[in-house]
Amino acid sequence: MLVNNPQLRYRKLKDFAFAFLALMLLSFALITLLALILDLATTGLPRVSGAFLTSFPSRFPEKAGILSAWVGTLCVMLVTAGCSIPLGVAAGVYLEEYAPKNLLTSFIELNIVNLAGIPSITFGLMALGLFVYRLNFGQSILTAGLTLGLLVLPIVIVATREALRTIPGPIREAAYAVGASKWQVIQHHLLPYSTGGILTGVIISLSRAIGETAPLITVGALTFIAFLPTSPVSEKFPYVSGQWLWDSFTVMPIQMFNWISRPQAAFHVNAAATGLILLLMTLAMNAIAIYIRHHFRKRIKW
Amino acid sequence: MSLQETDALDASLDKLNIKKISQLKQTQLNVRKTRIFKERIIEGLLFLAAGSSVLVTFGILSILIIESIPFFSHVSLREFLTEREWTPLFDNPKFGIAPLLSGTFLTTSIALSVAIPVGTVIATFLSEYAPARAREMLKPVLELLAAVPTVVYGYFALLFVTPMLQEIFPDMPGFNALSAGLVMGLMIVPYISSLSEDAMRAVPNYLREASFAVGATRLQTAFKVVIPAAFSGVISAYILGISRALGETMVVAIAAGLQPNLTLNPTEPVATITAFIVQVSLGDLPHGSIGYQSIYVAGLTLLVITLLFNLIGFGLRRRFREVY
Repeated sequence: MLVNNPQLRYRKLKDFAFAFLALMLLSFALITLLALILDLATTGLPRVSGAFLTSFPSRFPEKAGILSAWVGTLCVMLVTAGCSIPLGVAAGVYLEEYAPKNLLTSFIELNIVNLAGIPSITFGLMALGLFVYRLNFGQSILTAGLTLGLLVLPIVIVATREALRTIPGPIREAAYAVGASKWQVIQHHLLPYSTGGILTGVIISLSRAIGETAPLITVGALTFIAFLPTSPVSEKFPYVSGQWLWDSFTVMPIQMFNWISRPQAAFHVNAAATGLILLLMTLAMNAIAIYIRHHFRKRIKW
Repeated sequence: MSLQETDALDASLDKLNIKKISQLKQTQLNVRKTRIFKERIIEGLLFLAAGSSVLVTFGILSILIIESIPFFSHVSLREFLTEREWTPLFDNPKFGIAPLLSGTFLTTSIALSVAIPVGTVIATFLSEYAPARAREMLKPVLELLAAVPTVVYGYFALLFVTPMLQEIFPDMPGFNALSAGLVMGLMIVPYISSLSEDAMRAVPNYLREASFAVGATRLQTAFKVVIPAAFSGVISAYILGISRALGETMVVAIAAGLQPNLTLNPTEPVATITAFIVQVSLGDLPHGSIGYQSIYVAGLTLLVITLLFNLIGFGLRRRFREVY
């Protein structure tokens, strides 16, 4: 009888054993993630306070804070977004809507795939040679922002292309039928409809950039910064200034690395607190991205 | 109104209208002309944006090569490849890339020996076993593993995993390749599982049904039908995992030590190519100094290795591509 076939029973047992193994590995991975978060929280949470967020780094671990680090992160992210969003969205629109099917286009596409696989530290080496020494941007917020902007460019391009691809062809045809030009179709229809997808990609790319450390260390980001960048608004004419772009900076992951590399355990507590804040920011950004993706998917029905 | 008068009025009206119509046509033409011009400009700008990605690749390659060339004017390629020590900042400098390569390959192998089996098993489970709802929920949660900043993983490896491993290997130093490699492996799991799962899900269902119809279990179907059919996608996932592991910097810089060490013993401290670049960058680095040149040579070596693996992956993908 088939039911009592020992070979079949053995195969079914193997099938079951595999599912069990997979579940074990999956839960192991998730439990480790949980352990990481709990470890950071138990060590770092007591250190997180208003004073920690509003103090400069210091030789004394209990007085040190991350004011210059989070302000630096904010400034660098502004430059990164300002560089990667226009460039990435424009490139995505070109490749999806304009690009003819030829050798040049497939070369650009292959190049973008490859760019995503290039080690991030080589972006830092490029930035050091190009931005710092050849263009004389110095070891500034501008250099750091541009470096990270170029690093996450492929993420924005791919997200833009995917968002545009989900818009059905008849939408474009309907707009052309009433006399819209190509750019009008893109500006009035395609871009608004793909905002959700593009926004998701942008948030994911920024969450990647916010934790990126290696390329910034390579461009020579100083680790002891006890001052803030120049304020963008001033009392004197012309009231706004871009001077902050040229200031030296530190960011949260670099500050954390700096504290980990010290032997004293008290600095490790500071590192844990910084890591906890950094981790929560990244996780929150990812959660927002997932929410936006779901929200837009539900709202738009073709 | 007399007939003459009406005629005259008509004639003057016509004149006026013709003038108006031709004026109107002219403006329409102008509008269209400027519109076409504008469209062209926009297309050109968008093309430049798309082309900028090529410029980035070109920029990385050329800067790395240009800054590396002076290095080889005082170190021979032979010394670079055969010398067994890497001490470019010492008084008596030695320039052998071997210890950095061994460190890189050691941590990468440890990471991959975790990430490839675990990632593949999880991908197979999510694609072939898990119900759709569970998959939709588990996948984003698993991808959070890839979202954690690497510097946080470095902290975790040094201050959580290493002390745990020291319970098993009491003689292991605080900096070691094993802990860094294991944590790196965990970090890479979602890259491999997500991409492999996408590839497996793209395999058409009739192949599975045919396999079930001749009496295969799900496990047999997964490993004998689905994975072979999705092999080119699975290979891409592995290659991305390898690239990540080779280029990973902060975990190894924090947890594996910074001492170039020609060894394949996972319980010893090692320095990877990336960790060396970080270590040198932390110090003062004047343009054109030997330290400056050495990080570019190290970076170029890393880039060449990464590109080599990508090329192999490209070849394998073409070889195993299945079209349905």
